[in-house]
Amino acid sequence: MSALLPNLLHFSRLLGTLGLDAQALRTLDVVRALDHVELGRKSDVYHALRCLLVHHARDLQMFDEAFRTFWRPPPKDWTTQDLQAIGEHRRSGAPRVETAASNDGNDRVGQSPPLIWERTATLTHSTAESLRQKDFAELTDEELGEARILLSRLQWDLGSRRTRRWKPGTGDALDLRRVLPANLRYGGELVDLPTRRRAQRRRRLVVICDVSGSMERYSRMLLHFLYCMTGTLLPVEVFLFATRLTRVTRYLAVGDAHDRGRTTVPTVAQRVPDFGGGTRIGDVLRELNIRWARRVLGHGSIVLLISDGWDRGDPTGLAAEMARLHRMSYRLVWLNPLLGSPDYRPLTRGMQAALPHIDDFLPVHNLDSLSQLADHLTTLVAGASPAPFRRR
Amino acid sequence: MDDTLTPASIDDLQSRLEEHRYISDRGLATAAFLALTLKRPLLLEGEAGVGKTEVAKVLASCLDTELIRLQCYEGLDISHAVYEWNYSRQLLEIRLMETEGTVDRQTAAKELFGEQFLLKRPVLRALLAKGDRPPVLLIDELDRADDEFEGFLLELLSDYQVSIPELGTIRAARPPVVILTSNRTRELHDALKRRCLFFWIDYPSFDKELAIIRAKVPTADAALAEQVARFMQELRVTELYKVAGVSETLDWVAALVALNTTELDADTIDQTLGVILKNHEDIQSIQGKRVQQLLNRAKNPAARS
Repeated sequence: MSALLPNLLHFSRLLGTLGLDAQALRTLDVVRALDHVELGRKSDVYHALRCLLVHHARDLQMFDEAFRTFWRPPPKDWTTQDLQAIGEHRRSGAPRVETAASNDGNDRVGQSPPLIWERTATLTHSTAESLRQKDFAELTDEELGEARILLSRLQWDLGSRRTRRWKPGTGDALDLRRVLPANLRYGGELVDLPTRRRAQRRRRLVVICDVSGSMERYSRMLLHFLYCMTGTLLPVEVFLFATRLTRVTRYLAVGDAHDRGRTTVPTVAQRVPDFGGGTRIGDVLRELNIRWARRVLGHGSIVLLISDGWDRGDPTGLAAEMARLHRMSYRLVWLNPLLGSPDYRPLTRGMQAALPHIDDFLPVHNLDSLSQLADHLTTLVAGASPAPFRRR
Repeated sequence: MDDTLTPASIDDLQSRLEEHRYISDRGLATAAFLALTLKRPLLLEGEAGVGKTEVAKVLASCLDTELIRLQCYEGLDISHAVYEWNYSRQLLEIRLMETEGTVDRQTAAKELFGEQFLLKRPVLRALLAKGDRPPVLLIDELDRADDEFEGFLLELLSDYQVSIPELGTIRAARPPVVILTSNRTRELHDALKRRCLFFWIDYPSFDKELAIIRAKVPTADAALAEQVARFMQELRVTELYKVAGVSETLDWVAALVALNTTELDADTIDQTLGVILKNHEDIQSIQGKRVQQLLNRAKNPAARS
């Protein structure tokens, strides 16, 4: 045990640097556990450490790699090189500064937040008005900065759903648990009748945004829109796609209020391997339905699908996946930036295949359309919407 | 705990699980063994139908003790998980006191919230179990419950105790063996995971699945069992909305035995596909030609590379 203990400490510290949640407390457990395990059998030690130190299925592979590398027979010259290399994959956390300049030339990280506020103050009503109606694709870099600020002021309310949990409150059902204690002081005569009602919970928003080549002119602003949505208190899940689907929720969640997405958004764009590529909406939705739907679409989520509908895939496949996505969501909203232009008709094969399965088809090309979306979602909550479909 | 029933080693536990017809791999046996010796809850995650719940059932029979099961659902609360007061009896009692003229607020409160009016739900039953050996408490499909319930479980999992306002803290004399399962429809909270040993049950390998079929459906023809196991391996690498688990395999073998099948053929598979695939789109995409392809590959494992 004498040589083992420091090694165990090193090992759990290594797991820590790899991003696994292995705390000092756990090492004590491991030491106790190893008393019961035959140390000569490497696989037993492996399983013992694994079941104590790993708590996420996603970390298993990382642990295996670290275990293999750490607990191998000692070579002649010790090195920590390989382990550091493993660590490189995991570095998420803080967005890197140098990436900011590459995508968004005008924005420098050094700019201090108060400066932006001054600029906001100089924004007159009329400029703000024209900015609201200007197409995202035509925004200059400077206007983009202003638009970002206006964007972050939009109010979002997706409403809530009734859960099955009871809580005390005004309602129709008697809260029997509280009836007797409340009436003991009357000698058991039932005078006060406490009631209970079902608890409410905010609906989840799932956004699936197209960042393929044809959407390029809009992606920059849309990413800022998504960034603002993750910054609110709403439970939001965000996926980006061109030919493949990438879940970016946790990349968007970093960054602070002052940053306003100036560093985060370019970093997120780099996380998406097929950014600016072709579109295969059908395949992407299939991946969503198979891999993620069970985990993120539960409990009546509202789904926003942002795309121009230019699809190189097979339209029958797309229709089937849209139908499935529609069945699994509370409300399926398709946002199309092209819908902003008056002579646009959704005639592409992809759009035609998808249209029968959409609850709402709305434009998303300027700030006004976004505030219309916010209003629309709010009326949806109030139940006063021109509902084409209502479930649950 | 009765010493003869506590497994002495991982090997011992593994062979005893096998005696009870549960084929476990080394990792699962290690995790279960440590859960027993360290007296820590064991959290089992994995896709539906890989035998998570079965672990608890088999452990209970290995240890020759009671299995107490708590099925989770959204909105599950303390009154269904831990305890509830028997309101109607309490109300009757207070009427009785009234007619006897003995209603005194202090004593009434004490009497009305005494143990005779307490309805014990699974968690409390597990803590207060009076048997020779501590029971196995199975908290099944925890991901179906909401996070409020998860929060409540923290006290139970770390200290094996619950607090009842009217009675005080109730602590288990001998901690129950706690097994939690989750299908991962949502991520459980870290605070909860930290209190547990964690094991991810994967879909079985061919050898393991064959061993499971032989153990669970001994009446099945040996050749049939092997074909089914190979077919399932092929089926699981096919893209499907819902992959079939081991429990589907076992249902299927049982179904095939009931149909007096001794060898798999495409027609029989087509007709019984509803036993393994529970999704209309999946069945449609597999039925017919794909079944034949999968079957061919399953019958000539060497041809596949």
